[in-house]
Amino acid sequence: MTDLASPWASAGAVLTVHRWVAVIGGLLLASVAILVVCLQFGATSVDVKTVATAIMHMLRADQEGAATLGTSEIIMVQIRFPRVLMGFFVGAGLAAVGVTLQALLRNPLADPYVLGVSSGSALGVALAILFGIGSTFMFLPILPFFGFAGGLLALLLIYRLAQSKGRLPIHSLLLAGVILNAILTAFIMFITSIMEPNRSAGLMAWLMGSLTAPNYPALGIFLLYVLCVLVMLMHKAQSLNMLTLGEETARSLGVETEGIKKWLFVLTALLTGAIVSVSGMIGFVGMVVPHAVRLVIGSDHRLLLPASALVGGMFLAVADTIARTIMAPAEIPVGIVTALTGGPFFLYLLLWRKDRMV
Amino acid sequence: MNTDRMETMQFGLSVDGPAIEVESVSFRYPTPEGKERMWTLNHLSFHVDAGEILGVVGPNGSGKSSLLKVLSGYLPAGEGDVRLGGLSLGKRSQADIARLVAVVPQEYAQVFPFTVAETVLMGRFPHRTARWWSMGIGDETTSDLACAHHAMVETDVLSLTDRLVSDLSGGERQRVMIARALAQAPKILLLDEPTAFLDLQHQIEICSILRRLKEERGLTVVLVSHDLNLASQYCDRILMLKAGALFRLGTPHEVIGVDALRAVYGCDVLIDRHPESGVPRVTMPSYASTKHIRDHM
Repeated sequence: MTDLASPWASAGAVLTVHRWVAVIGGLLLASVAILVVCLQFGATSVDVKTVATAIMHMLRADQEGAATLGTSEIIMVQIRFPRVLMGFFVGAGLAAVGVTLQALLRNPLADPYVLGVSSGSALGVALAILFGIGSTFMFLPILPFFGFAGGLLALLLIYRLAQSKGRLPIHSLLLAGVILNAILTAFIMFITSIMEPNRSAGLMAWLMGSLTAPNYPALGIFLLYVLCVLVMLMHKAQSLNMLTLGEETARSLGVETEGIKKWLFVLTALLTGAIVSVSGMIGFVGMVVPHAVRLVIGSDHRLLLPASALVGGMFLAVADTIARTIMAPAEIPVGIVTALTGGPFFLYLLLWRKDRMV
Repeated sequence: MNTDRMETMQFGLSVDGPAIEVESVSFRYPTPEGKERMWTLNHLSFHVDAGEILGVVGPNGSGKSSLLKVLSGYLPAGEGDVRLGGLSLGKRSQADIARLVAVVPQEYAQVFPFTVAETVLMGRFPHRTARWWSMGIGDETTSDLACAHHAMVETDVLSLTDRLVSDLSGGERQRVMIARALAQAPKILLLDEPTAFLDLQHQIEICSILRRLKEERGLTVVLVSHDLNLASQYCDRILMLKAGALFRLGTPHEVIGVDALRAVYGCDVLIDRHPESGVPRVTMPSYASTKHIRDHM
């Protein structure tokens, strides 16, 4: 890898290996610090030392040690640690989906929740639950695939709307997303209304966006899945840069736009489907985080994508900690926390920063 | 970077024969209902020689921009064939075309903030060799940077390096777009209304850059323009389109005449000679002399 040697390469003008390593390294360290802090808070707060010993026990996985664990360590290992890690990866995935959608639709306010892609996934999952399809098949979770199918359909519909007029103004696309969201939500509401009350209550709680502590095999599969999709998105980061210039320019710069667009649709739908099936509809992370990160580090997706994923992870880990503790011992859905922080920010961008957008 | 690519970059054009060959190309935009629509381009045939500047003129809707899109491979030639450097467009990959042809678009619609340097370096994308493990980070080789640097010197945008493209003035932005196109190290440059919305000084600036590139790099240039005087002054040959069909093709002297302009644009103009170069100069008639037209309206 070469570093910049040209005389015009002043700091920040182009992405260098140095800058990439510095930013991503810094954010990784910050992520670890945030996770450790988040682990301490909860219905019972735990000090750093207990967090550390619990993690050590877990890493060594010694059966003898497990017998001597105290209550707080058991809370740590079996509930809080998997939940916080899950929250981090859900946030990372949502932010990555947001970045990708914003580049594909050339719209800085695009977000899987706002555009109805999350609702599409949720409808897919709700339909699967309605027809009594089990959550696993041959040890593999299958609900994410229904989420994928629903999300992909919603995404293609939104893209068709954005494409048919050549250039759809930002506000019209958002309006189309809101309407699609309303229609899909109506279907979901219909499904919950014809279910038995005890099943529909669980479905409603999930729809509002909430994280629960998964068991370790499920957590492992989820983390691996999100990581794989993130790496595949990273491979298309340079093409994302060109796609933000419009399809015609991207083509003239040598991007095979048709194939790459299809591939990106599939990847975003895969990610949204998996995230919605584990955590319901958590809004605004995919819009707020990339926007804030872009202001600081610029628009090159090779850096923007992984940086947004890390910041999104931290954001949701903190939001979930607030959701767990603010009404302790009761919990509120994390979707409420993200909507209450992200919603006003969205309005601010829409109303006061209009001039900065096309 | 491999050596033969470096050579074509340095020595400009190495194709023998015409750079662009358009053989009986027709094109029409598809309609959703499957109805037959008018031909946007109608049986066009012409050649552009290597190192030539061809101006494409014609009234609004005569197919100028569509022709450019067909030449860049963005729109498929419905009928007929477009060959670049002897090889049909359909037989080339998108990256292959991008190494040969660069496009300077008419409008620059940028939603996200990119710096000038980032924008120019994007022109190197078709020359990258994919390394799956690096995920694109640090893919800019020394020759990529040198090539982008050279392009920025030629268009005089070096001082703007870390500015955001969205913050630039129209003239600066147009020079950055040309720099990005040059970073592609193309043999053919396609420009859509390169001087639209620019003031007089910037118009002259852009045209001199194009003229210099033709002379120094042997670049083949096809530019679409509404400005007949600019086309007359700076182009070697002019292609005049009427309703998607070729009306006239030749030197400015051969193409720009009172009769031709009346037939294509449907109005009378005054034509005299440019005081320096002697090429035809088009002037709008005075208000008083158009009285007979107004009487018929």
